Amino acid sequence: MASVAQAIRMALHYGETNMGVKDIFGQDVGAPLGGVFTATQGLKTAWNSPLDERGIISMAMGIAMGGDRCVAEIQFADYIFNTIDLLKIAGNTLWCTNGQIQLPMVVMTPVGAGIFGSVYHSHSFDAWASRLPGWKIVMPSNPLDAYGLMLAAIQDPNPVLYLKSKALMRHKGDELIPGEPADEKELKAMIDKPVQNSEGWKPRWPGLEEYIVPIGKGKITRSGEHITVVTYSRMVHLCDEVADKLAQEGISVEVIDLRSIYPYDWQMIKSSIEKTGRVLFVNEDTEVTNFGEHLAYRATQELFYQLMARPRVLAGKNLPGIGLHPNLEKNSVPQVHDIELAIREVVAEVP
Amino acid sequence: MSKKTTVKAGSKPAAKKAAKPTAKTAVKTSKKTARKDNFGGLSEDILLRMHDLMVKSRVLEERLIKIYKAGEAYFWIGGPGEEAFGVPLGMLARKGQGPEYDWFHLHYRCTPTLLALGMNMIDSIRLIMNRSTDPSTGGRNFANHYCFPQWNVAPVTSPIEVQYPIACGTAHVQKRAGKKALSIVTGGDAGTAEGDFASALILASRKGQELPVLITVQNNKFGISTPFEGQHGETNIADRAKAFNIRSRVINGNDPVETYLAIQEEMEYIRKTGKPSFIEAHVSRLYGHSSADGANKKAHLVDPVVVFENRLLDAGILTEKAIKKIWEIYEAEGIAAQEQARQEPVPTGESVWDHVFVGNENADWRKF
Ligand SMILES: Cc1ncc(C[n+]2csc(CCOP(=O)(O)OP(=O)(O)O)c2C)c(N)n1
Repeated sequence: MASVAQAIRMALHYGETNMGVKDIFGQDVGAPLGGVFTATQGLKTAWNSPLDERGIISMAMGIAMGGDRCVAEIQFADYIFNTIDLLKIAGNTLWCTNGQIQLPMVVMTPVGAGIFGSVYHSHSFDAWASRLPGWKIVMPSNPLDAYGLMLAAIQDPNPVLYLKSKALMRHKGDELIPGEPADEKELKAMIDKPVQNSEGWKPRWPGLEEYIVPIGKGKITRSGEHITVVTYSRMVHLCDEVADKLAQEGISVEVIDLRSIYPYDWQMIKSSIEKTGRVLFVNEDTEVTNFGEHLAYRATQELFYQLMARPRVLAGKNLPGIGLHPNLEKNSVPQVHDIELAIREVVAEVP
Repeated sequence: MSKKTTVKAGSKPAAKKAAKPTAKTAVKTSKKTARKDNFGGLSEDILLRMHDLMVKSRVLEERLIKIYKAGEAYFWIGGPGEEAFGVPLGMLARKGQGPEYDWFHLHYRCTPTLLALGMNMIDSIRLIMNRSTDPSTGGRNFANHYCFPQWNVAPVTSPIEVQYPIACGTAHVQKRAGKKALSIVTGGDAGTAEGDFASALILASRKGQELPVLITVQNNKFGISTPFEGQHGETNIADRAKAFNIRSRVINGNDPVETYLAIQEEMEYIRKTGKPSFIEAHVSRLYGHSSADGANKKAHLVDPVVVFENRLLDAGILTEKAIKKIWEIYEAEGIAAQEQARQEPVPTGESVWDHVFVGNENADWRKF
């Protein structure tokens, strides 16, 4: 099975071969490295930009304005903050020009904690991103979705932010990408740049096929009756783990992998809450002000009389940073036991 | 096609008819001066078109100020004083849509360039009066925040200086298209303090990956109220380009002839080499920064329209009478345009949801 990094690489290859992507660029994105997480190795249109996040986003806007498709990378989401007004402009360009100028561009960036990256390699960006009107925002949790959402992002005529979890980069799923060889070792030999003697190396790409995960559509990863847990990206795996554990005690947890932050799959959330009467929103961005809060607000407004318990948001603590020592990180972003505790609490609440 | 467009760029010189017959008689009386000032070898046709567009731009901007002062607009900002720079820029560009034509990444003092490209006065007036008929923003944005995709005019943004590296993006696409088109970017002197200015110098000049961008700065010696000396240590802003091996020059942007020749030369260089070039133009900020500081005329500054007009007069290319006529024609056009725009519809409240996304899908989360 492909890792998330390999899946992104294959999606980008598909994009540059079949979908008109002409530039894949960012810091260290081109040869020789092919990205600090190897997600852009061996791609024919990949090139290295200067170490300048604002320059990268501006370039992407200009390329999109000029009529070409591009995928730009910000090396870590932690460094996307100094581009925020450019992201704002990219998001408002269609609106400000009364529909005249479209910016079909993809910006991808690794987000979140889980690799003990300390203060400047653990930032989340989903809540910030959700306040950039005009952008679509996706956050895959597994390689197949990583592939399908990248193709959807490339195809979309709007700017799309593709937030990839740093901790999931080596994560392997349990579903094959259409066209991917079944043997993991074979895939590695085909598309991973050898660590030694890589001079002159060229990837041999598998015969990949189009596979689109529509933006705005979630996925139920565990179905259940007693509580709905709405999450995305890395936290999906933690929530699934808790759901599996609690199932043995007869607590039936429905887990929704939202996959897209904006637009989000409200119909899926709504029908699930209507069924379970209880809901917990889990993500690792800081709790004040959190995208989960918007969802909890909406659940309260629209489903108040169907709720059996107060909706809850479990998110990262409102701290200036995530400390390096595991004790610090683990007490900053939700862990398996925090999720378990929160689920138990909501399930135990009696109106 | 492109060559033709270059020569013909600019709106029809409304005053040409009025100017011609009288000009002939005037030549006789001022032959001497005419010979002294050869206008850099520019043809009479170019000179007359430049003058015509400069006057048109001045009249339009003064109309916009009147509209603001009459309470028919919320804000004014514009380019009186930049006509001698902006008009030749618009006249010289390769005008059209797509990567084979030049791109414009302009700031809010770019009315002269837009008029030279062929914008009608009324479209600027519709913009400042926020009518839904405003072709640039549909009544959504400030005065002079133009956008004309049919001429590759990128939307003017309020954040200063972001247009510089964006211009590198369109230049990158143009270079790939291989049609020798270039991206033009304009902005003010104070804005060069922003990091985006440095971003553009870096992106445009990387060895072997140089981009066809005409980087320009209109130096009017002021930020809103901060004088040049309050921000700059460098002697010329253009000197900064030298550090990046970008060819650069400082020009008198109040002289349309000097400007025309300089822009022409730099454009030719860019089209030939695919490399960037930098022009710092010294210009007058004739009506202050914007309506935020009163928009009143600064009589002590060089007025490029008046100076050029007197030169043409001295040389016998124009007569007093012809000049008067040109001003009158545009004044009347401006008044009529204002009256028409006043009758036109304004955006509806519900239209806020239009164009959030392409196809207007998913605009309002309440409707997912
Ligand atoms: C990023 C940003 N900061 C501040 C402002 C507010 N502002 C508008 S115009 C201006 C001064 C610009 O001066 P200069 O670049 O010299 O251009 P000029 O207006 O003189 O042509 C400022 C500070 C802004 N629009 N954008």
